[in-house]
Amino acid sequence: MDEQYDVVVMGTGLTECILSGLLSIEGKKVLHMDRNDYYGGESASLNLTQLFKKFRDGDAPAAALGKDRDYNVDLIPKFMMANGELVKILTHTDVTRYLEFKQIAGSYVYRDGVIAKVPATEMEAVRSPLMGLFEKRRAKKFFEFVQNYKADDPATHSGMDINTTPMDNIYKHFGLEAGTIDFIGHALALHLEDSYLNRPAKETFDRITLYMSSMARWGKSPYLYPLYGLGELPQGFARLSAIYGGTYMLDKKVDEIVYENGKVVGVRSGDEIAKCSQVICDPSYAPEKVHTTDRVIRAICLLKGPIPNTDNVDSFQLIIPQNQVKRKNDIYIAGVSASHNVCEKNHYLAIVSTVVETANPQEEIQAGLALLGPIVDKFVQVVDISEPIKDGKDDQVFISKSYDATSHFETVCDDVKDLYKRITGNDLVLKQRLTQEEEQKEMADH
Amino acid sequence: MSQANDAAGPAASNMKPVQVKLVLLGEAAVGKSSLVLRFVNDEFQLNKEPTIGAAFLTQKCRLEDKVIKFEIWDTAGQERFHSLAPMYYRNAQAAVIVYDVTKASSLEKAKSWVKELQRQANPNIVIALTGNKVDLVANRKSRTHNDGEVDEDGEQDAQEIDEDEEDDEDYAITRQVPTEEASAYAQESGLLFFETSAKNGQGVAEVFTEIAKKIPLEHILSSSRGARAGGVNGSNGRVDLQNGANGQRLGGQQEKGGCAC
Repeated sequence: MDEQYDVVVMGTGLTECILSGLLSIEGKKVLHMDRNDYYGGESASLNLTQLFKKFRDGDAPAAALGKDRDYNVDLIPKFMMANGELVKILTHTDVTRYLEFKQIAGSYVYRDGVIAKVPATEMEAVRSPLMGLFEKRRAKKFFEFVQNYKADDPATHSGMDINTTPMDNIYKHFGLEAGTIDFIGHALALHLEDSYLNRPAKETFDRITLYMSSMARWGKSPYLYPLYGLGELPQGFARLSAIYGGTYMLDKKVDEIVYENGKVVGVRSGDEIAKCSQVICDPSYAPEKVHTTDRVIRAICLLKGPIPNTDNVDSFQLIIPQNQVKRKNDIYIAGVSASHNVCEKNHYLAIVSTVVETANPQEEIQAGLALLGPIVDKFVQVVDISEPIKDGKDDQVFISKSYDATSHFETVCDDVKDLYKRITGNDLVLKQRLTQEEEQKEMADH
Repeated sequence: MSQANDAAGPAASNMKPVQVKLVLLGEAAVGKSSLVLRFVNDEFQLNKEPTIGAAFLTQKCRLEDKVIKFEIWDTAGQERFHSLAPMYYRNAQAAVIVYDVTKASSLEKAKSWVKELQRQANPNIVIALTGNKVDLVANRKSRTHNDGEVDEDGEQDAQEIDEDEEDDEDYAITRQVPTEEASAYAQESGLLFFETSAKNGQGVAEVFTEIAKKIPLEHILSSSRGARAGGVNGSNGRVDLQNGANGQRLGGQQEKGGCAC
C-alpha cells in the first residue's frame, strides 16, 4: 500500500467503481479500498449472514430462510432504465460481459385504493381502468404532442416553448384531469413530488421520453435488473478497473485523509500511507465534508409470495403517488424474487421506501407495507442523503452523492459524469471497448 | 496446439460447442495465468508480470462426443489483497484452483477457495486442484515431513523463495507439498487432481480435458446460462444488452437502438 498512486478511491459503491474503471482504462494508477469485506458499500447486495450482521447485530438467520448462497439482498431499491445512461455506460465499457440481466415484469401505480398496471402496450392502454374514455383521448393528444415536439420546429410547439412553459400549463392546455396528471408526473416521469409542475416542461418531457423509449426497448416494463442483485454492478466495474491495473483492497480500515497545504497527498491506514494526488470517496469516508439534504426510510421486506393484486409477477415497481396518501413524497415499492437469484425460491423481496417527512418515518410507509401481504421479516433503515459541500477542486477530494430516493440510476450517472469532469477537467466521452473476441485476437497478435 | 484440440473425433467436428465458464483461483504468483497461456496459446513467459490487461480467454476442447468452448476467466489480480469479487465465480461451471508445489501456504489458500466455492458457487461446479511448477522440483525427492511442520513453517519457507530466482539452477528449491498429501485431500473433497508445469507444458492439457469430460453437459444445456451463451433472448426473459431489439450491436449508436419515440 505504501506506494504512489494517481487516485485513491474509497468505498466500492457503484459511483466509485464506475469512476475507478473509467480512470484505470485511461491509464491512471488507481488504489481502490473499502472498509467492508464485501463490494458495493451502500449499493451492495448482502447474503443472509451479512444482512443479519448489519441489521441484527450478527444474530444467526433462521434455518427456514435458506442458505447464504441463495440471497443477494439489495440495500437500495433501484432498477436500470432500459434506455438510460447506466445501460450506455455498461455497453460501452462492455461490463455487460460479466453480468446477466432480466426485465422487471411490470410497473404498477396505486390509485383510489386500487393497484393498476401502468400500460405497457397500446392494448393495455385501451383496457386500462386508469382513465375514462374521453380522458384517454385527451391523454393521447398530450402524448402525441410530447412525441412530436421538436425543439427546432416551432410548428410542433402549439405556441408553447417547453424551455420556458411550466409543465402545469401544458397539462392545462390539454385539459387533463388531476388523476391523469398524477399518473403522468409520478408513474411515467417518475417525479417524487410536485414541485416540477412550476418548472419548465422540458425536464418532464425528457423523463417521459426516457420512460417510453425504455418501455419500447424490451416491453413489459422500462426496467432491467442484474441477476444476483444490484451489487453485481459495482463488482463488474471493479473487475474492469482491475483488468486495467487497478489495485483492490477490501476489509481495509481508513484512518485519515492526509493533506499538505490544503491539498490531499495521501490516505493513511494504520501506519501505511498510500500517496496520491486525488481522492474519490463516498460521503461516509469524509463525513466532515458533506451535508445532509434529505433522509430516506427503506424497509427491506422478506415475503412468502408475490404481493396481492400484481398478477403474480416475479418482479415489479409499485408507485404510491403522494396525493393518494396525502404526502409530499411518493412511496415506492420495488419487488424482486428468486427468478433474479436474490432470495431462496419460496421467498420474495420488496423494499418500501420514501423520503422522510416526519419524526416517525416507520408510520410514513405503513400505506406501502399494507399492500405487501404477509411479511416474514423486515429490515428497516433510515439513512441520510448527503452531498459534498464543496466541489473538490481546491483539495482534490471528490465526494460522491448518496444514493437518492429515485427508482433508477439516472441521478447516479449524472453524478458520475459531474465527478469525472471535476476530476479530469474533461467531459466524459464513452469509447466502445473491444469485444472479448477482439481482445483475444489483439493479445494473440502481440 | 494442445493435446485437447488434437483429440477431436470425427463425430465432434460438426457439433455446436457448449460454452462453459471456467474460473482460475489461487494465491498470487502460483502460475494461474501461465497455466492458461500454455493451454490456449501453448506459450510460456518467464517472469510474467502480474495479470493486467485482458483477463479473459476462450479455447475449444474437442472430445469424442462433444465440443466444449471454455470461457476462461482470470482473476485480474484481485486475489492479491483477498478482494476477489463473488461475481467472478458466480455461475462458473468449472474452476481450476492452482497452488505452487514449492509453497505449502499456497495449498492452504487453495483449500480455503475450495470451501468458498462449496459454500457459495454453483453446486454442480467441477473443481480441479492443480499443483503447478513441478518443473522446479522435477529431479528432487519429495521432502518428507509431518503435517504440523508445514502449518507452522510453511509460510516462512515460502517467503524465502524469491520468484525471480525460480530458474536459477543452483538455487535449491524443495517441494513443500507432497503429491500424496494434495492428492488425498482432493480425493476426500471430491476434486479432480493434477500436477502441472506451465513452463514445460507437463499435465496442462489434461487438466482441461478431464474437466471437459466431467462437466455435466445435460445440466448446462438445460440451465439458464444457455441463453446468454447464445446471445439471444432466452425464453426465461433474459436480455442481452449488447444487442438491440433489432439484433444489432449497439456500440456508439444507442440513441437509435430500439427507441420507438
